[in-house]
Amino acid sequence: MAITEKTPLELGPGDSVRYAERPLGVFTRPQGGRGWRDWLSTVDHKRIGILYGASALFFFLVGGVEALLIRLQLAAPEGSVLSADVYNQVYTMHGVTMVFLFIMPLAAAFANYFIPLQIGARDVAFPRLNALSFWIWLSGAIFLNTSWIVGGGGADCGWFCYSTNSGVAFSPSHGVDFYAIGLQILGIASLVSSVNLIVTCLNMRAPGMTLMRMPVLTWMLLITQFLLLFALPVITVALFLLMFDRLFDAQFFNPDAGADPLLWQHLFWIFGHPEVYIIILPAFGVVSEVIPTFSRKPLFGYEFMVFSGIAIGFMGWGVWAHHMFVSGMGPISVAAFSLSTMFIAVPTGVKVLNWLATMWGGKLKFTVAMKFAVATVAMFTIGGLSGVTHSVAPADTQQTDTYYIVAHFHYVIFGGGVLGLFAGIYFWWPKIFGHFLNERIGNWHFWTILVGFNLTFGPMHILGLQGMSRRIDTYARGYGFEFWNMAATIGTLIIAAGVLLFIWNVAKSKRDAPHLPPPGPDPWDGRTLEWSIPSPVPAHNFDTVPQVHGRDEWWHTKYAENDEGKVVRVATVEEAAQTGEATGVHLPSPSFWPLAVAVGLPLIGYGLIFNLWLALIGALLTIASLYSWALEPVDDPDAAHDQHEDHSDDEAEATDPVAADDSTESDQP
Amino acid sequence: MSAEAVTADLDHTADDHGHEEHATTTGLSHTKLAMWVFLGSECLLFGGLISTYLLYKTRGNGRTLPTDVFDIPFTSVSSFVLLMSSLTMVLALSAVTRGEAEAGRTWLLATALLGGVFIGGQVYEFTAFVREGVAFTTNPASSAFFTLTGFHGVHVSLGIVMLMSLFVASLKGKLTQRNAETVEIVGLYWHFVDIVWIFIFTVIYLIPAD
Amino acid sequence: MSDTATSEHPEHSEPEAAEHHDEHHGEGHAHPSDWAYVKIAVVLAAITALEVFTYFESVVDWGVALVPSLIFMMVVKFYLVATWFMHLRFDSKLFGRMFTAGLVLAAGVYLVTLTVFEFWV
Repeated sequence: MAITEKTPLELGPGDSVRYAERPLGVFTRPQGGRGWRDWLSTVDHKRIGILYGASALFFFLVGGVEALLIRLQLAAPEGSVLSADVYNQVYTMHGVTMVFLFIMPLAAAFANYFIPLQIGARDVAFPRLNALSFWIWLSGAIFLNTSWIVGGGGADCGWFCYSTNSGVAFSPSHGVDFYAIGLQILGIASLVSSVNLIVTCLNMRAPGMTLMRMPVLTWMLLITQFLLLFALPVITVALFLLMFDRLFDAQFFNPDAGADPLLWQHLFWIFGHPEVYIIILPAFGVVSEVIPTFSRKPLFGYEFMVFSGIAIGFMGWGVWAHHMFVSGMGPISVAAFSLSTMFIAVPTGVKVLNWLATMWGGKLKFTVAMKFAVATVAMFTIGGLSGVTHSVAPADTQQTDTYYIVAHFHYVIFGGGVLGLFAGIYFWWPKIFGHFLNERIGNWHFWTILVGFNLTFGPMHILGLQGMSRRIDTYARGYGFEFWNMAATIGTLIIAAGVLLFIWNVAKSKRDAPHLPPPGPDPWDGRTLEWSIPSPVPAHNFDTVPQVHGRDEWWHTKYAENDEGKVVRVATVEEAAQTGEATGVHLPSPSFWPLAVAVGLPLIGYGLIFNLWLALIGALLTIASLYSWALEPVDDPDAAHDQHEDHSDDEAEATDPVAADDSTESDQP
Repeated sequence: MSAEAVTADLDHTADDHGHEEHATTTGLSHTKLAMWVFLGSECLLFGGLISTYLLYKTRGNGRTLPTDVFDIPFTSVSSFVLLMSSLTMVLALSAVTRGEAEAGRTWLLATALLGGVFIGGQVYEFTAFVREGVAFTTNPASSAFFTLTGFHGVHVSLGIVMLMSLFVASLKGKLTQRNAETVEIVGLYWHFVDIVWIFIFTVIYLIPAD
Repeated sequence: MSDTATSEHPEHSEPEAAEHHDEHHGEGHAHPSDWAYVKIAVVLAAITALEVFTYFESVVDWGVALVPSLIFMMVVKFYLVATWFMHLRFDSKLFGRMFTAGLVLAAGVYLVTLTVFEFWV
């Protein structure tokens, strides 16, 4: 039950001295611990962010291998690398993996790590729920991929999994069951995370950090969380209907019984189109931080950036049926959705123009992060423009289900989302890990990715307009598809080389780090609060919670206008930055219960598919863990000092720090 | 889904915003804000299920439709019971807020019991429907009906579990005036489940299917 | 159920409770009296009775007014529970906005979906 302790998580504003006398906390959380158990029980938003990021990059490799298989199959006519059946599974799992297991968690990594830092908070609103989100996400990701082993293959219905193709008759393996249940598990993770981060953004800002002073990255991530919050229940409904159809013989998508398969399409795309913005808005946020920093100018039109983001988020709910122009839903619906789709290009265009205006006249510095950011703007614009061509319904009728669509959404998702997040990785790597990524290798990484990307997906525009169909496992000779398909496959290999360069960069940069000067708190002359604290960030984030006076608070700490109106430096980083040496800051205690709860969910999933007894065990584990969680105090002063030494094994329930001890509740006054 | 979100929050009332008046930016409690945000999300969940039923309610595939076997007087009674459980819920909160532990406990138990009566009624309704030839797999309409009302029933059941947890906590003397907010959070969830049923009762049961 | 819940402040009327709260504008205080809750419940019960009454068409034929009346009564009940029992009336507007956002969005997308399916025709 509610353990209402009065303990200060926050230290108060930086200019206040009254907190100095206050005993700052009961314990210091083990800091910089290297044991793997610390990671399993962590509730630190930064560690959870790193866990998200590392897992996402792992699944990037998985999805990348799947992409390579697709392209090898299609490199030449009558390819025989994969059978038609396996090809279906591979392209489905490629899409699902890249969307749900790579880009979304990578964006979640940025959200977890940087929202608290950018708003001047010590952690998120619900640290243990945050850990829960990650573990549920990971368990869902693993669950989804185990269908390769125990489910008779991956899902084979496309990531959109249209009915009736997703029915048992056309997808007899358990792949689609794993898809339906796996995505539900992932959805729970994202939903919990979105509630948590929304409350964090609204409720945990530092003094003076009004909404309109929040950095644009935080703004875009906040909008993303709202999209997740409202979009996920819709896909949850759809997935439940699908699951009931497949496992319990419900009649939701059975046309023979009078059901309407279009229902799935509507539910899927009511979720699916906001999902597109869930993917792209975090990258927009990253770009909006990187470009001003390396242009040495404030972001042009901050208000327009924020409001266009909100407009995109809002209008994203009114365009879903443009994915269904050829579904026969009637001319009025098509016309309405065609119009709304054209309108949504406006706020997106506002953003592009504002980025350009930010760079205009700036002192541009083309670091790798900046290159990725500029490439994001350029590539996204191409993808956005081809998107506008889809909004013209007659043209879309020709383009739909061709490679033109594949080209379009890869320019948006890869060219916009992935390149943008890579910009963020290079930009914030020194903040997160305390050393730079190698800029020279980074350069190679950037150019190979950019060239490979364009060589892969550029030709798909042509292939699509030539009439090459999506999702076909092979094509016959003589249609003129050979040359561009080979080009695309070569492009994919170049992308793969770029990814290998990135991995090499990560390894080499870490190895070289001890011999290089550390980046210090503010290597890029940054603008936002995360650059005012040491790199890597100490566990308690801020020694004193900053008092915010305006946008780009950290920049204005360092620079001010002199009497002639010239901007001059008024403080060095060493003078202005926090040292990170505060001790005894009260932080939330680690907990194993989030992990234990998360372990139960895939068991329920396997149980629903194979044996309901297993589902019962999973449910009991989940419920027991939830109760233990509820009975565990948020902060446990007595167990805190040594809780990481006395675990004997890795059984989560057995090693809980406080072991659901009833006495833990007695610390109420 | 709600189980995680709700139960996980039970314990997290005031750990990081108790020590000064403006500890949170908005001055609002994290947990309560989180619950309202979550309820906003739930609207989309029930909206989807209700729309699915509305779309399918006349699609019987030549077999009995749920609307053919509705027992409106019976459902009216159980709807009324659920509606009144909202009153007892709010009285429980009121009592706990005033520090009247025993009264609070009684009202919590009453709320859970009324919820239990509603669930019992639903179980009876389901079995009666199955007897009359409307089972989960009969036709799209029946699948949609059982899924919608089943989802709602699961929500009510989770609410009962939470209420009983509060009741037990209260018996142990752990539910004091200071954790009145926990009761309020559970109450918000409970009332939400009630207003969903207000919607379902009118739109699914009372409006004729013509 | 009318008398069981009477608290020790039966004289607290509803508007007083509302005003009382405006001064504080915080959370957790100034909820209306139990008596006010009971009165709301009585209203809810009465509306429900009226709703159920419509089912017995032999008594009164509501004609074309039936569906609009039912929806109106539903909205009133919904509103009363949300504003009184869920305290939206007395709490920060932010809570209500979060909830209304979901409600309006749900209504929007699902009504459009049903329209595309020509549900109303």
